[in-house]
Amino acid sequence: MSIQTLLYIAGRLVKGGVVLLVIAIFNFFLIRMAPGDPAQVLAGEAGATDEIFLQQLREQFGLDQPLYYQLWIYVSNLMQFDMGITYRQQMPVFDLIMERMPATLLLTGAAFLLSLVLGILAGVVAAAKHRQWLDSVITVAALIFYATPLFWLAMMAALFFSVYLDWLPSFGMQTVGENFTGWQKVKDIGLHLILPAATLGLFFTAVYARMTRTSMIETSRLDFVKTAKAKGMKPSRVTTHHILRNALLPVVTLAGLQAGQLIGGAVLTETVFAWPGIGRLMFEALFQRDYNLLLGVFFISSAMVVLFNLVTDVIYCIVDPRIELSK
Amino acid sequence: MKKIIMGAVIACLPFTASVYAQPQNGGTINVVVQPEPPSLMIGMYSNGTTQQVGGNIFEGLMRYDKKLVPHPLLATSWENSEDGKTWTFHLKEGVVWHDGQPFTSADVVFSIDVLLRETNARLRTSLAFVDSITAPDDFTVVFKLNQPFGPFIRLFEVGTTPMLPKHIYEGTDFKMNPANHHPIGTGPFVFKEWQKGSFIHLAKNENYHVKGLPHIEELYWHVIPDAASRSVAFETGKIDVLPGGSVENFDVPRLSELDNACVTTDGWEFFSPHAWLWLNNQEGPTADKRFRQAVMYAMDREFAKSVLWNDYGKIAKGPVGSKTTFFDDTLPEYEYNPKKAKALLKEMGYDGTPVRLMAMPYGETWQRWTEVVKQNLEEVGIKTKLVATDVAGWNQKISDRDYDISFTYLYQYGDPALGVSRTYLSSNMAKGSPWNNAEGYVNKQVDQWLNEAAVVFPDSKRAELYSKAQHQLVEDVPVAWLMELEFPTIYNCKVQNLVDSAIGINDAFGTAWIKQ
Repeated sequence: MSIQTLLYIAGRLVKGGVVLLVIAIFNFFLIRMAPGDPAQVLAGEAGATDEIFLQQLREQFGLDQPLYYQLWIYVSNLMQFDMGITYRQQMPVFDLIMERMPATLLLTGAAFLLSLVLGILAGVVAAAKHRQWLDSVITVAALIFYATPLFWLAMMAALFFSVYLDWLPSFGMQTVGENFTGWQKVKDIGLHLILPAATLGLFFTAVYARMTRTSMIETSRLDFVKTAKAKGMKPSRVTTHHILRNALLPVVTLAGLQAGQLIGGAVLTETVFAWPGIGRLMFEALFQRDYNLLLGVFFISSAMVVLFNLVTDVIYCIVDPRIELSK
Repeated sequence: MKKIIMGAVIACLPFTASVYAQPQNGGTINVVVQPEPPSLMIGMYSNGTTQQVGGNIFEGLMRYDKKLVPHPLLATSWENSEDGKTWTFHLKEGVVWHDGQPFTSADVVFSIDVLLRETNARLRTSLAFVDSITAPDDFTVVFKLNQPFGPFIRLFEVGTTPMLPKHIYEGTDFKMNPANHHPIGTGPFVFKEWQKGSFIHLAKNENYHVKGLPHIEELYWHVIPDAASRSVAFETGKIDVLPGGSVENFDVPRLSELDNACVTTDGWEFFSPHAWLWLNNQEGPTADKRFRQAVMYAMDREFAKSVLWNDYGKIAKGPVGSKTTFFDDTLPEYEYNPKKAKALLKEMGYDGTPVRLMAMPYGETWQRWTEVVKQNLEEVGIKTKLVATDVAGWNQKISDRDYDISFTYLYQYGDPALGVSRTYLSSNMAKGSPWNNAEGYVNKQVDQWLNEAAVVFPDSKRAELYSKAQHQLVEDVPVAWLMELEFPTIYNCKVQNLVDSAIGINDAFGTAWIKQ
């Protein structure tokens, strides 16, 4: 990589840091606009409470301080990479997020790979068989998966594969109480992963398939493709080396978008399949008004988006060397 | 001078064991826990699911059967003095905490007088009647009351007054004590592991103080956030027990009919959940008594019961649950009578001002119930405007009395002084809590009856006062009582003797067993 590129990346990272700070402050005020506070929710769940109890909780959480002071504490802690303590679990926010991170990355990563591989493959096949029956089948299937609500698909998959066929587990990440080790553990988690990863991946599979197909068809009409064909190159090599490589740019853009959602984008899937990930943590924190936890998840998700936008830009110039990175 | 001696003769083994076939030892039970509790530290968090799981780790001095009669657990016997103001408890000897330390009267005094007095809002109210708690010897505890407090004997179930280890909590910051993450009790199960977001694992306490118990080896509580997924998990046999209220009501009939599915509505007697409509007594049309009576007549509660609650539960006659103490069954009834409702509205000159109807964000059933009530009210000419919010918002709006009509259900805790009076006493009207007199009802006469009923002695005098209060409340309709709710617990029939106390699932697994 050239010096110029490295400078560009460094500059983007600095800008990213500023963006993150602004987002954190914005989020801080945003979630406080919701009615109620964490003390009320905790006390509310307890079924009985009095002013003393609420006051105790608010003091413990620091919510009795003026808002600007709370913001100051939060931001200065954040600068030192301290995200505070969750109100509910009384655990450091960072630890709790890291505890859930592997599960989410496994799920979203698997869905990401699945949709990329399957989507591009389906798109290439559909483009190659343009206006033939296979093309129609792929296009229609992609349209259906694109349009179906995720939670419905998840429920139907669980009903069919778990209740009716009894092939796959319907909830959780592993068989509780078995204490598998080694390959047995891998297999166990793998079995649990199939339904949620497939459900989560189908939407983007459909998007990639349609995107790849359209882009391939467009590219195949360009002059350099005719030239390659005229040279007498094998059709398969024309497809993979000339058309696909040029058709991939829009797919990379979308993949960058999906990668940004790797942390927080699986709320529904995690909820339906009881997958112990971050999306659920965030969703629950929202209803429990667990400000610190919610801000923590927001912060890490936005950091991911900033990071992946940068990665996408770098990948652009690998896929298409004509693109140069510069300030 | 000791007058009433209770419990001493009853054998230490908790009740009902012999009714069933010879219990078998061994096995694992998988239970749903919804929502995931914030903590298992039952002394500081009284959330429903904290109690469900924690009640198997910790214990109270007594256990209550389905008729709310106390039985010995950590206390073997107890007596009350003639004036009703001194209670003496004799503790069981040879009980050890999960870490091996002995359980003594010092733990009891510390738990109640120091720890719970600071952390447990519900108990704190009752402790106002207790002047001193002392331990003359290692296995005796004496409570001196400033007045006879009727419900005193019903304070000792594990959710209200759990026994907590003094040697671990004394002199520490209770809320930050590391033992909150690794609870140590005297109960039939010891804490093993909690994978946040996945499951909580408890295992048999090999040194449990009741011989031969528990029968179950392992207990797993699964966190499954989606209601439909919980049903599926039960259907696939991965879950053995769905505690009451953990699946949507419309799934209950289907799940109950599965092979191997057993259903019970027992185990809620102590809580006796009572559902009603909050009616704002301070502002708007609902401040008029005639309007509130009209609401009572307008509602088709039988319809709601059969359609929304699968016919489980009972129409509520008044403020006190029919399964708890001091219920007066001579109360007049508000039948479904739209004509009467219309007449009352006409009499008060209701001008058609729309009232805000706020749903309770506790799941589908409550959403639908709001729609039913809306329809009922509109049939008699009351215009409504639906208000939607989430749990935090709902808590705040109720606490601030920022509503016209809304829903709730509250536990009765076995005695009107513990679970009923709090809703109607005008001294309890301060804003800030959704469990207070959030409707803003004021009646000095009722205040006097309720306050007196908590402290007169003996029970016959209490009953008289509570009857008077109930009749007046039913006349005034401070809130519109809907139903005494029943939450069916659905479980795999291989689980035997699952529910055998008034708090049901909350302390069920010490005596349950699995038929192999």
